[in-house]
Amino acid sequence: MAETNFDLIVVGGGPGGYVAAIRAAQLKMKVALVEANHLGGICLNWGCIPTKALLRSSEIYHTMQHAKAYGLSAEGVGFDLDAIVKRSRKVSRQLSGGVGYLLKKNKVTVFDGYGTLNGVGSQGRKLHVEKDAKPIADLTAKNIILATGARARELPGMEADGKLIWDYKKALVADLVPDRLLVIGSGAIGIEFASFFHTLGAKTTVVEMVERIVPAEDAEISALLEKSLTRDGMEILTSAGVKTLKKGKNTVTATLEVGGKIETREFDRVIVATGIVGNVEKIGLEGTKITVDRTHIVTNEWLETGEPGVYAIGDVAGPPWLAHKASHEGVLCVEKIAGTKGLHPINPDRIPGCTYCRPQIASVGLSEAQARDRGLKVKVGRFPFQGNGKAIALGEPEGLIKVLFDAKTGELVGAHMIGAEVTELIQGYGIAMELETTEAELMHTVFAHPTLSEMMHESVLDAFGRVIHF
Amino acid sequence: MPIEILMPALSPTMTHGNLAQWAVAEGDAVTAGDVICEIETDKATMEVEAVDEGVIGKILTPAGTENVAVNSPIALLLEDGEDASALDGYTPSAAPAAPAAPDVAVAPPAAVAPPVAVAPPTASAPPSASAPPTASALPTGRVFASPLARRIAADKGLDLAQVKGSGPHGRIVKRDVEAAQPGPQAAAAPSVTVNDPAFANMPAFTATANTNMRKIIAKRLTQSARDVPHFNLTVDVEIDTLLALRKQLNGYEGATYKISVNDFVVKAVAQALKTVPECNVAYTDEAILQFAQVDIAIAVAIDGGLITPIVKDAASRGMAALSNEVRDLAGRARDGKLKPEEFQGGTFTVSNLGMFGVKGFNSIINPPQGGILSVGAGEQRPVVKDGALSIATVMTLTLAVDHRCIDGSTGAAFIKELKALIENPIVLMV
Repeated sequence: MAETNFDLIVVGGGPGGYVAAIRAAQLKMKVALVEANHLGGICLNWGCIPTKALLRSSEIYHTMQHAKAYGLSAEGVGFDLDAIVKRSRKVSRQLSGGVGYLLKKNKVTVFDGYGTLNGVGSQGRKLHVEKDAKPIADLTAKNIILATGARARELPGMEADGKLIWDYKKALVADLVPDRLLVIGSGAIGIEFASFFHTLGAKTTVVEMVERIVPAEDAEISALLEKSLTRDGMEILTSAGVKTLKKGKNTVTATLEVGGKIETREFDRVIVATGIVGNVEKIGLEGTKITVDRTHIVTNEWLETGEPGVYAIGDVAGPPWLAHKASHEGVLCVEKIAGTKGLHPINPDRIPGCTYCRPQIASVGLSEAQARDRGLKVKVGRFPFQGNGKAIALGEPEGLIKVLFDAKTGELVGAHMIGAEVTELIQGYGIAMELETTEAELMHTVFAHPTLSEMMHESVLDAFGRVIHF
Repeated sequence: MPIEILMPALSPTMTHGNLAQWAVAEGDAVTAGDVICEIETDKATMEVEAVDEGVIGKILTPAGTENVAVNSPIALLLEDGEDASALDGYTPSAAPAAPAAPDVAVAPPAAVAPPVAVAPPTASAPPSASAPPTASALPTGRVFASPLARRIAADKGLDLAQVKGSGPHGRIVKRDVEAAQPGPQAAAAPSVTVNDPAFANMPAFTATANTNMRKIIAKRLTQSARDVPHFNLTVDVEIDTLLALRKQLNGYEGATYKISVNDFVVKAVAQALKTVPECNVAYTDEAILQFAQVDIAIAVAIDGGLITPIVKDAASRGMAALSNEVRDLAGRARDGKLKPEEFQGGTFTVSNLGMFGVKGFNSIINPPQGGILSVGAGEQRPVVKDGALSIATVMTLTLAVDHRCIDGSTGAAFIKELKALIENPIVLMV
């Protein structure tokens, strides 16, 4: 009989849950992790990682198509979608296996099944684990962390069927590149799939309800992305909605409302990427003091739910729905349980976000509009890729780095980027923010030449009227 | 080899200090940052922290020792692994703690500085020193604060040393300075409980804890009143001529000065001390020290006490320069912006309560100075001149001197010269 009493049980093996479990084990807790499907969660298996594998393929394909610009010849450039998808799945498998190894190394006991809160007993909180209606185990622990994640939101009448209407899971294992693709939603997920399939040749239409795409980003970045995508032939419909989807034999007829006008269009496939909902069902929340608000578990800044000894982290605990936010919450939550001194709640203004469309976008902190809404007087710096030697040498002259400083204190309050490799650049500003550097330290920092990072320097200089190369 | 713990310099001008008390005993283990002793200077009492780790092997300078020279060894620290035998054969590497008596036979008076840099009793602490700061025997460690926190603190006028950091390793970050309020937190006086039965039947009172300045004023003036045999000489001086000259000088078109009556008095005192240098002296048990220069300390009332900025070599200053300097010093004294060297030292003090209408008063000498002049209000009084009653503007001056170094006739010679100068102020202009 396996051990059933633990110091901590983590429900969910995604980037929030498994990181929390490992951190708890480091802090000498006896830890159980309950996961029904796949270690690594959506991120590793059906999200961040496999999409990056797909997008890498489409990026290289794009570069090969433009080989001539680099003085290279690449005749008959083509792709094998099955092989692309196969590579993506292999990447996920490899990393998921890696998580299993890490949990084993840290002596975390993994239970394969669904966990359900089951009241309080003499040995603490109880959790029932079962799979396929068969009981797996009944566990007890002083503390339980719920890290059950989220899933795609389904719109009535537009439910994914895996054939004509895809959700992200189906899109990740697509069996064809549709001739005409409709992507509903222009958040990170929607725009990444649109970018992937469009690069591979799908005539792609993106429909966004609000007035601009990637609405979580700074408006200037949204505008630049839209300009870039439409120039490459993508159709972007903003302030637009999909009224109905009518499935035919091998096509879907969509009724779109664009700018108050109704139009009917035919597509071969539709990807629905209209946000996510938290996985709050069948985990035993009923009858507890845990409250759920619009499919997300309500917690305080220390990730505590209304029920003593029960915590919630990651997507199920609310936005931003980002793997790194989930992981960080997992660590914070476990350290709070362990009584670690000097902890501070996560500052949402310092969580970076990256979207891997082409061109990439990345940001951290406040957008210009948010900063002004908060009453901040801001100094804005901008530097275009055109002014950067490395960008020109890479053949990537398109993009912008924008920074926002509090004019009063010199605090870096926001950074917004679009262009090649910006997802790797953003962390420089993330560190600067966490260390609370002002413009003075950033100006004094020597940036290596020739790098794309130099634009980060120039953008700071520009905010204070000192830009050199533009 | 034991580590020598040296007498620290707690201010740039400090040459000596008193070892008030030890916080550790021989055999105590200390780590860096532990308070090991308290050093008393004329300005404040400061805690000294250990810089190294080890065991106190031997205390060389017992508690209560005064005038310990900076950098002389005060204790020996045994390093890890050393035992008391390591102390055998130790010879101090610096001179003995107590300063040698000034060699009067050899040292010309000009070279004899006051044996201790002693601030005037009326001005014993810088105005800002409301709590004993902690001094390390080495330069104090830097304050860890984010650049943003530093900038916000500077904008708010916040002293980062008063802010507790909540970042990694106690680093001061934005949220800490945003939460902190400007102004010295130490200013909140600690609550005091008075248990003295003498106050049992007194009316209700509020007790304000003594600031360091107040403690030092109390201590040093008690010491002076008890140990220094004072005597007083009083003269009335007529200042009508002086007032007329002052009016003429200040009325000059394009004057870059505004000379006060007190400026004339300061100048006259300095001049008189030049003429009667036997009054520009200090008493020590070994010798009478006669100073080659007249540095006049001027008592200035400030919040919570007094301070005495010093006009150096006042006798050689022109009236305008002297007046402007006094104005500058007094202004900065009230703003708490004097540098230590600007209020430490002085060979003679002038205290003026005339602006309050006080006719005349006695002051307590400010050791180690030999004398202090109390200046009353200038007022019209009836005077007898050539057998007839007339009216003159008269000011009462009261000299207090230390009888150990100034005798009655010497004091009288000085005050006679002073009276002559004030009543013939034109002489001060040459």
